[in-house]
Amino acid sequence: MRALRQFAKTLFLGELLQGLALTFRYMWKPKFTVHYPEEKTPQSVRYRGLHALRRYPNGEERCIACKLCEAVCPALAITIESDVSADGTRRTTRYDIDLFKCIYCGFCEEACPVDAIVETRIHEYHMENRGENIMNKDKLLAIGERYESMIAADKLADAPYR
Amino acid sequence: MNTLIHWWNLLGADGQHLVVMTAQIVAVMMSVIVSVAMMTYAERKVIGFIQVRIGPNQVRIFGLPFLKGLAQPFADVIKLLLKEVIVPAESDKFLFLLAPLIALVPALATWAVVPFSPDFVLAKLDAGLLYILALTSLGVYGIILAGWAANSKYALLGAMRSAAQIVAYEIAMGFALVGVLMAAGSLNLTEIVRAQSHGYASYVYPWQAAGFLSWNWFWLFPLMVVYFIAGIAETNRAPFDVAEGESEIVAGFHVEYSGATFATLFALPEYANMILVATLASVLFLGGWQSPFEGYLAADLPLASPSFLWLFLKILCFLFCFLWFRATFPRYRYDQIMRLGWKVFIPITLIWIGVECVMVWFKVGPWARVL
Repeated sequence: MRALRQFAKTLFLGELLQGLALTFRYMWKPKFTVHYPEEKTPQSVRYRGLHALRRYPNGEERCIACKLCEAVCPALAITIESDVSADGTRRTTRYDIDLFKCIYCGFCEEACPVDAIVETRIHEYHMENRGENIMNKDKLLAIGERYESMIAADKLADAPYR
Repeated sequence: MNTLIHWWNLLGADGQHLVVMTAQIVAVMMSVIVSVAMMTYAERKVIGFIQVRIGPNQVRIFGLPFLKGLAQPFADVIKLLLKEVIVPAESDKFLFLLAPLIALVPALATWAVVPFSPDFVLAKLDAGLLYILALTSLGVYGIILAGWAANSKYALLGAMRSAAQIVAYEIAMGFALVGVLMAAGSLNLTEIVRAQSHGYASYVYPWQAAGFLSWNWFWLFPLMVVYFIAGIAETNRAPFDVAEGESEIVAGFHVEYSGATFATLFALPEYANMILVATLASVLFLGGWQSPFEGYLAADLPLASPSFLWLFLKILCFLFCFLWFRATFPRYRYDQIMRLGWKVFIPITLIWIGVECVMVWFKVGPWARVL
């Protein structure tokens, strides 16, 4: 009897018709799609996008070349060389991040004792030539200068939860 | 103008006929090809909507602010035509380039016998149904040759799957058509449509049109279902697209094809065949160009008069089913496809042909009027 019922069920395509009814209902549902360039989803202040090197308000570089970020980087994307600068402080002479190696884990930002290296919420960037994936010190500092107000605001908003 | 008329008269009756026929053939071909383009767009749109997405909505026709996305298929075609055609070094180059043509020609040639409206059909062939069966079976040679000529494991596997599948479903499809043949008593597609104008209700009110109730689907419903599902299998569409099987054999028979050979010669036949199966299902089971309201409304109303529009609407319904099924069902396992074809569809069609024989013999239903 059970076999007979099963036979009838498959013969008259019961479950297939149920599935069809479901997909047909879904066709009329409102769509979730975000029309990306025109609309954007909200971002967290902790968003980990393009990197930047920050300066203190007086213009002094924050980075003290402690190389903690280089040490913690799981993808070995960071290369640092350091020397004594003209004013006698320890400074980087080279600070490269290979964006192709970087996995955007944010460990460099966590490791940094002086909040020098940060990941901004910028995620729409591209490269047009070979070699542009290597972010050197000048480029990182330039990004930091340009977006300092945004970075500072994000850090402030996140501070109570750290 | 006068010179044109002069030349026209110079052509003579045969020449004029030739020109008119060529123009008609070109018109039908162009409409099929444009429908194929629109079909790819509709597919992406319908499946997108079912998956709660919106589908292509960016490429506009000449930058017009409405009908966003409608130019997408044309953009795709142009892109594919501009791409490089890669012929694998180890392939049989002649067959490799010939196979797409073998797939394409039957897909387009079958349209010759399709009756579009009461008085428009390219070839008034008395063996129309046989011609269609023959040509649709021929299309599989393109797929088998493509799989063979590419000299690739996956392509060959896809081709073999496709061949086995089509052998299985061709028989069920053929039996379904036998049912139609028995109902109409003719192989001519125009006659088959005409025969559907009197049916169920004519049993009650002899010789009166009964609209949608008199069409073949009413008495041959199992055959219509089998025909349409076999048609889906025959065109290698989901859920029967094991010949393509991207999850296990990459892209099956067309894995080595690219650019124009892929676009115009594999996408085109597949979609042209889909439209063809939808058209044939409408013609054979849903009364072709006949109006569903015939016999219910006054005969001189446009709603009750036969026209191409009705055929078009019926085709659209079937085409929507193609997309709907693709968005709903997961792909059949290979042995399930074989089981369905051999052990389910063939018995169903045989049984229903038996039932129909009994009905014809004892003059039940629409066959009451036959003699």
